Amino acid sequence: MSSMADNTLSAADVVNTVSDSNIPGPLYFQKNKEGGVSYDVADIVDNAKLSVRSLDFFYDNFKALHSISLDIMSNKVTAFIGPSGCGKSTLLRCFNRIYEMYPRQTAKGEILLDGRNILGKSENLNLLRAKVGMVFQKPTPFPMSIYENIAFGVKLYERLSRVEMDERVEWALRKAAIWDEVKDKLNQSGTEISGGQQQRLCIARAIAIKPEILLLDEPASALDPISTLKIEELIDELKQDYTIVIVTHNMQQAARVSDFTGFLYLGKLIEYDDTSTIFTKPGKKQTQDYITGRFG
Amino acid sequence: MKTDMNTENTLDGSIGGSLFNTGIKSDNFMPASIKRGIVLDRIFYHFTRFSAWAVLAVIIAIIVSLFIGAAPSIRKFGFGFLSSSSWNPVTENFGAFVPIYGTLVTSLIAMVIGVPVSFGIALFITELCPQFLKRPIGIAVELLAAIPSIIYGMWGLFVFAPLFGDYVQPFISSYMGPVPLIGKLFSGPPLGIGVLTAGIILAIMIIPFMSAVIRDMFEVVPPVLKESAYGMGATTWEVIRHVVIPYTKTGVVGGIMLGLGRALGETMAVTFVIGNANRIHASLFMPGSSISSSLANQFTEAVGKMYTSSLIELGLILFLITFIILAMAKILLLRTAEKQGRRK
Repeated sequence: MSSMADNTLSAADVVNTVSDSNIPGPLYFQKNKEGGVSYDVADIVDNAKLSVRSLDFFYDNFKALHSISLDIMSNKVTAFIGPSGCGKSTLLRCFNRIYEMYPRQTAKGEILLDGRNILGKSENLNLLRAKVGMVFQKPTPFPMSIYENIAFGVKLYERLSRVEMDERVEWALRKAAIWDEVKDKLNQSGTEISGGQQQRLCIARAIAIKPEILLLDEPASALDPISTLKIEELIDELKQDYTIVIVTHNMQQAARVSDFTGFLYLGKLIEYDDTSTIFTKPGKKQTQDYITGRFG
Repeated sequence: MKTDMNTENTLDGSIGGSLFNTGIKSDNFMPASIKRGIVLDRIFYHFTRFSAWAVLAVIIAIIVSLFIGAAPSIRKFGFGFLSSSSWNPVTENFGAFVPIYGTLVTSLIAMVIGVPVSFGIALFITELCPQFLKRPIGIAVELLAAIPSIIYGMWGLFVFAPLFGDYVQPFISSYMGPVPLIGKLFSGPPLGIGVLTAGIILAIMIIPFMSAVIRDMFEVVPPVLKESAYGMGATTWEVIRHVVIPYTKTGVVGGIMLGLGRALGETMAVTFVIGNANRIHASLFMPGSSISSSLANQFTEAVGKMYTSSLIELGLILFLITFIILAMAKILLLRTAEKQGRRK
């Protein structure tokens, strides 16, 4: 431990400094230092699907995200990496405002989806979540049949005939590369298939309602290597149609699947760039330390 | 770390033992603490086994003694006991139809009122209510469960029944009375006490139990499951209807059965307000009697072998009703599980 260079952060330091926001060391990357809140549509980078502007996030009084600003490109895969507790999942949970399920969690700043601030009071959460689908770390099949698992979400927004619904279910399951495995047991409970299948079922369920953005919160961390591979191939496939944001612990995974990568540390966005740049010539020492495995 | 553990072993174990002889005598050396642990383990095992068997033994003893006590009455009346509505201690002619009817009807009323309200309470506490209200409401529900049943009975007789008779019953009968078919249920004089009142008091008594159990069930639904349902844009109702309730089905049915079991057997509160008349009326406003209220009222005055024996048979019937209903609930749950299994 003591043999490390002084300005290198060790795992122990990470734990120790979580509550301390005045960490010495390199400056943190902040795209909009002015901290202005008024942006107009012209400000947004072309092709940006989501534009985050000066986003702060609080768990009660604990500030978990510090003035995050970035643009997420349409039809690209954007990955967030960083050590545990760095705020990457928190950031993801802002994009569909799922954090609002819990009291005393608040986000300040702006998140523009196609130029519209989704953090605004007037935003309809149900419609927002129809546009922004989410898949969680653990597979979460609903306690109903495989067919119903897919149809459930679709029924929330669309009235389809039986035939149309059958088609949609098949389409979603095919898209999620699980159709061949479950086509003969669509009436079986969604909780009775394997973990990897469950996770692909959850992805199918998310894309069945045809969202514009897909949020993946460590989608493969509970899966075996083969299922992981399938999920990664799936992500590659899906980016034709969707904007994908993925949070992952696994840096190789980020390098394999993403077009852009953001590195978060202690609630701050340290660096955000092309994935190849981040992994080959990162601009910040902290990023380099993290991706070379020297801490975190 | 390793040294610490070794030192500890030596301290507890061998007298004057060193680090070395722990290793050498590893075959038959056993520290006293472990020996003590093994003995305690064995005692604990026997204690738990005894407790479990004791429950079984008590149940069997109760069934056997009920059968023995009821034998004269069973021999004399046979199955006619179930369908006869006479209850005449003078001629020693007894039948259980009225109390059975009263027990089932009061429990049914209690369930009709109690189940939806319990669901409402449990859902409100777990899903809807603002954080600061959760504890007060939860505590109020638990306190309600802690009130002894005799207090419900007194309150029902002295406070609830007069108000109910003066204000609510006339209102119900003037609106529901003319309705065909069910109108008959709500006709007759507004006495205050009666079958309906007993059912309502029972509902108030079982609501805290059922809502506490259902609430606990709802609280074990993994947050991430709810998150994924909300994450698809489902509304609170849709999440509850399609995710929370199916996920907790077994436990919820269990909770309802617990309430039903209590409603079937509740004695004191029902005895106070049911009116204790051995008659069956179409109207729920009229007095009646339940099995438990008949037992409570008549055991002290039961003279003669047949009278006592008939009362014991009533008890046996109550026991069997409860048993059958619980068994049916179990079968129902097994069936649903089987149905899901067959889908494979």
